[in-house]
Amino acid sequence: MGAAMTPLTDRSRVVSNKKMTLMERIYLPEIVRGLSITIRHFLRKKPTIKYPEQKRPIAEIYRGQHILKRDEKGRERCTACGLCAVACPAEAITMVAAERKPGEEHLYREEKYARIYEIDMLRCIFCGDCEEACPKEAIFLTDRIVQADYLRMPFVFGKDELVEPMDPAKRVDVSKRQTPGVITFKQEKRYAHNR
Amino acid sequence: MIATAIFLLVLFVITLSVAAYSTYGERKVAAFLQDRIGPNRAGPFGILQPLADGTKMFMKEDFVPLHANKKLFLLGPAIAMVTALLTGVVIPWGGTLTVFGTTINLQGADPEIGILYVFAMVSIGVYGIMLGGWASNNKFALLGAVRAASQMVSYELGMGLSIVALVMLTGTLSLSGIVDYQIAHGWGIIQQPLGFLLFLVCAFAETNRAPFDMPECETELVGGYHTEFSSMRLGFYLFAEYTNMFISSAVISTLYFGGYHVPGLASLGLDPNVAAIIGVAAMFAKTFFFIFFFMWVRWSVPRFRFDQLMNLGWKKLIPLGILNILLTGGIHYLFNH
Repeated sequence: MGAAMTPLTDRSRVVSNKKMTLMERIYLPEIVRGLSITIRHFLRKKPTIKYPEQKRPIAEIYRGQHILKRDEKGRERCTACGLCAVACPAEAITMVAAERKPGEEHLYREEKYARIYEIDMLRCIFCGDCEEACPKEAIFLTDRIVQADYLRMPFVFGKDELVEPMDPAKRVDVSKRQTPGVITFKQEKRYAHNR
Repeated sequence: MIATAIFLLVLFVITLSVAAYSTYGERKVAAFLQDRIGPNRAGPFGILQPLADGTKMFMKEDFVPLHANKKLFLLGPAIAMVTALLTGVVIPWGGTLTVFGTTINLQGADPEIGILYVFAMVSIGVYGIMLGGWASNNKFALLGAVRAASQMVSYELGMGLSIVALVMLTGTLSLSGIVDYQIAHGWGIIQQPLGFLLFLVCAFAETNRAPFDMPECETELVGGYHTEFSSMRLGFYLFAEYTNMFISSAVISTLYFGGYHVPGLASLGLDPNVAAIIGVAAMFAKTFFFIFFFMWVRWSVPRFRFDQLMNLGWKKLIPLGILNILLTGGIHYLFNH
């Protein structure tokens, strides 16, 4: 403990229980003062954002709902290595791996893939560590906001909600987060242990 | 006769709709004073909000507690609502309209003792709160009811004393008589500034509005006298409060702001009907200003403590009221002799 405690803010006030002055005991001057303060707020511009008609602008690199990317041929990039689940500080990611069968080469890029891949959106803290840990450029956070719901179960997102659609027109753009700088950074990080 | 019946029906509907929209107005005023927007989802600018609230009230379960006194529990909200509505009858909302040769007096009834009638109705209104609070068989409700009763008794005295001075001045108890006096001699606020102030403060206490909303003080008494009430019975209590606020504003306008009088309107030489309608509009404008004032004060001033409330009533307002009577009498004596 320091000898002199410094206040945390400059707005702290010492409370006093002094007797009210005559002007205060009449109440009316103080009430008029209060009324004049509130009426000034009456005409003030309101800071309310009328969601959902108006939306607050969000950053281009906003960390929102995850996406599991497909590669340019439409194959899932994820190979169920589990690095994202290890990196996840909230332990929100679970997966079950499976082996690719012959004839499934157009669906999965590697010989191993995630049969089940689930993210609990209530546990997720949207830190982006999974994205940074991923060696296959498979998982990304996007600027989509996870929709509200009345129940808890819908917040466990499976592959149906996470994997990018096959249709090239419906692909989700992650170039804002996957900049060349980010790619180089991840490559350098991947080979760092060889140095 | 039929004209009076129609007028009363119109007055009834207007009173109810003003009370309904006061709830909306209150929420909007509160929001704006706090840098918010307030209800804006039901209809444009949320103007259908009272309908939505009313529907909600009707759809809720109408619950009567097991150990409540059922008859009184059901009677309480009814008394509160009926007495609140009855007061509007004697208020002069305007002069006279002539439609198809029939003269319509824009005042439901003009008894000689109009102002006493208002007092009587307000006093019976306390029974609604007391009975409801007592019948609930709930400590919080009972405390709220006790507070309501003692507060009403204390502040009715101050209110009565401020009126005595006004009655001495005007020489009549009839509300239309008081308005006529003000048209001839100038508004009551100019002649009775102290009386107006006392009346205004007492009106806040009589309508159980902040800063004197001790009977339903949420921080201490949950909901006060209406803790146990649900559904439209609760709705009636809340509605009665807003009706009372409307009527109080109208009474303040009538007694101290010339009622339907618009200064300089008579010299314009307008058609009597047009002048009467302008008068009614002026009356409502004054009333609405005071409704706004009631809300403005509610969202600016913190609640009094109960002992402060009693001190203010008995040790400040009543002596000031007596002083006001003496002053009025003295000035009256000096100038008229």
